[in-house]
Amino acid sequence: MCLAIPGKIESITGANGDVMNIKGKVNFGGTLKEVSLAYVPQAQVGDYVIVHVGFALSIVDQEEAMKTFEYLKEMGELEELKS
Amino acid sequence: MKYLDEYRDPKLAAQLSRQIHKITTKPWVIMEVCGGQTHSIVKFGIDTLLPDKIELVHGPGCPVCVTPLEMIDRALAIAARQDVIFCSFGDMLRVPGTETDLLSIKAQGGDVRIVYSPLDAVKIAMDNPKKEVVFFAVGFETTAPANAMAVYQAKEQGLKNFSLLVSHVLVPPAMEAILSSKNNRVQGFLAAGHVCTVMGYREYPPIAAKYKVPIVVTGFEPLDILQGVAMCVQQLEDGRHEVENQYARSVKEQGNIPAQDLISKVFCITARKWRGIGEIPQSGFSLSPEYKDYDAEVKFNLGNIKTQESPECISGLILQGVKKPHECPAFGTKCTPEHPLGATMVSSEGACAAYYRYKRIP
Amino acid sequence: MDSLNCPFPIQQYPHVLLAHGGGGKLMQQLIEKMFTVAFGPKPVSGLHDSTVLNLPANKIAFTTDSFVVHPLFFPGGDIGTLAVNGTVNDLAMSGARPLYLSLAFILEEGLSMETLWQIVRSIKKAADSAGVKIVTGDTKVVDRGKGDGIYINTSGIGIIEHDLSIAPASVQAGDAILINGDIGRHGIAVMATREGLDFETTIESDCAALNGVVDLLIKDGIDIHCMRDLTRGGLASALNEIAQDASKTIQIDEASVPVKEQVASACAIMGFDPLYVANEGRFIAFVPESEAAMALEILQSHPLGLGACLIGEVLGEHRPGVTLKSFIGANRVLDMISGQQLPRIC
Repeated sequence: MCLAIPGKIESITGANGDVMNIKGKVNFGGTLKEVSLAYVPQAQVGDYVIVHVGFALSIVDQEEAMKTFEYLKEMGELEELKS
Repeated sequence: MKYLDEYRDPKLAAQLSRQIHKITTKPWVIMEVCGGQTHSIVKFGIDTLLPDKIELVHGPGCPVCVTPLEMIDRALAIAARQDVIFCSFGDMLRVPGTETDLLSIKAQGGDVRIVYSPLDAVKIAMDNPKKEVVFFAVGFETTAPANAMAVYQAKEQGLKNFSLLVSHVLVPPAMEAILSSKNNRVQGFLAAGHVCTVMGYREYPPIAAKYKVPIVVTGFEPLDILQGVAMCVQQLEDGRHEVENQYARSVKEQGNIPAQDLISKVFCITARKWRGIGEIPQSGFSLSPEYKDYDAEVKFNLGNIKTQESPECISGLILQGVKKPHECPAFGTKCTPEHPLGATMVSSEGACAAYYRYKRIP
Repeated sequence: MDSLNCPFPIQQYPHVLLAHGGGGKLMQQLIEKMFTVAFGPKPVSGLHDSTVLNLPANKIAFTTDSFVVHPLFFPGGDIGTLAVNGTVNDLAMSGARPLYLSLAFILEEGLSMETLWQIVRSIKKAADSAGVKIVTGDTKVVDRGKGDGIYINTSGIGIIEHDLSIAPASVQAGDAILINGDIGRHGIAVMATREGLDFETTIESDCAALNGVVDLLIKDGIDIHCMRDLTRGGLASALNEIAQDASKTIQIDEASVPVKEQVASACAIMGFDPLYVANEGRFIAFVPESEAAMALEILQSHPLGLGACLIGEVLGEHRPGVTLKSFIGANRVLDMISGQQLPRIC
């Protein structure tokens, strides 16, 4: 029940009206799809959102995303030190 | 694709695998709840990167698999009607009911349509005012915001020919049902990352404390799952049982509040029957009284439906992680994706289908 | 040859009628004023029941295929282009030089004549491009509602001018598996045009005739053991068919299989696996490992092989099947698909 994928918001329409009608054109690696942004009304053009069946469910937290890789990088450096 | 491809890096995967090998000193049984995670594990071969001491069992995280046979038969009865346009996600089309399936009904002339989003079904209702349009709303909490919006929009537009056949199920009650069962072997959980994106993870600390199991909210890509396993194993080795969030780039502790708000307006929590497990109290959604006009079960009064489960299918034991697909005598012989005996073989998220496709020795 | 100059009186008959398949005057008019004008008269004069041909070789390849694609037109091609290239490619996969095609139409009453003319022009263009002649055909019309606009069947004859035995039985352990380009374009292009699954993409079908690029391999003396064009069911299905027929184990490296980012992302949205998505201008070739580098160079020198690369090898075991080394380096089985891929959300 969980196929949701990340894409970048390229444009937003309806931001000044009813929040239920806010839509965005989202770019998934070159494929564009119109997506409802009703559940992430604070999203801006340029944000990455996680989309499931036509609805953005969250805005990708880029800082947190970096943390995974920093943690792995540290682990890698520790491994090198030990070896 | 950004925020996707980086999480498939083979070097980092190997690193995480080495880390897990290093910290594992005892055997542990970890369950991943979500079908999407099962699919990822088997497709990328993630379980082959883990030490033998770690056993990954696959939980009932496939809403197609846990939809009761009566509900499928109900859907088929509605879809067969001449005045109905029946809309569904692709996953449901081949799931066999007692006698037939949606694909066969389509072949015999039923108007059955695959849609990408429930809003597409609303549009079909708007474009076809003389027909009744029914959307088969099967899913976990991840899909509830989309379904809620579809019903909300339908009501706002005053649509009279749209309804939802609801088979929504909730993850935390299922986890509790597994943990409290006397057959339970699960010692740690990878919680479903997209379910938690919607609902947050405030429901998990009481479960972790009551059953003393670590719960790690985990994503779906190989690095996510490996990191989730690493975090879970570390807790098990340390004797901790906390709730941690591996998928923090998408999941916040409180989840998505606007989504939760609309869900609680449109749906209410009820008991639901889980195929292969039985009835679990407070484990599903049905439409709230305000939206009862959009409930297909009410609109199409079908009475009692008699169902017939295959006596050989052990889906229930598979869904609880008690048995693995290849331990079923019918696996790969009487039961294959071409002629499945139960839902875990038809749904591509089902453990049996995943094992058949990706693991079966040719 | 465009619609302004259409020799058939489209204004008089803007739609296909049942009579156009009836064997009478209207059908004669359609054949003479549209089909014969487009494809030329038969090699032997007169419109006989069959066409007699002189073939310059004893070993011939013969194939047939039917085309029922919907929608009829999609980015990068239409049912007409498919009808020619699909059959030409089947011939090319035995290393045959395609020469002649038959062309049979089953038209639905009410089909726009303009649409038919457009498809006929596509067929002519594709045939010229592939170097084949349409030499015989048939036209039937079915009642409105009993057809999807148009179905096409083409059968093709080609001649074998080499001594190779290009077939699964010739596949050997150690063979290298090459592909001529990235996968999944045709399926995605068609999907994007279908109603209900609307996403914007600039992906076009890869529909193309492969006989030219295959010819380069043969002329340069590559010892081709087997070839297969990838159509419905995608790369995974073609590999499985060969593995079964050859009774061999094939190993593929997922990271080596070229997929355009747009195809990958469209698949991700729909829940499809690119390995199972349809192609119409891609083929795999099994060649001895020692000739792989040269074969790749030859492929890459042709416009239809610019993206050619090595994707796997044939192993020594005799358990028929395909294994895939995944992106993260773990092995798993790559199976035949059962039925059609359904878009999934789980």
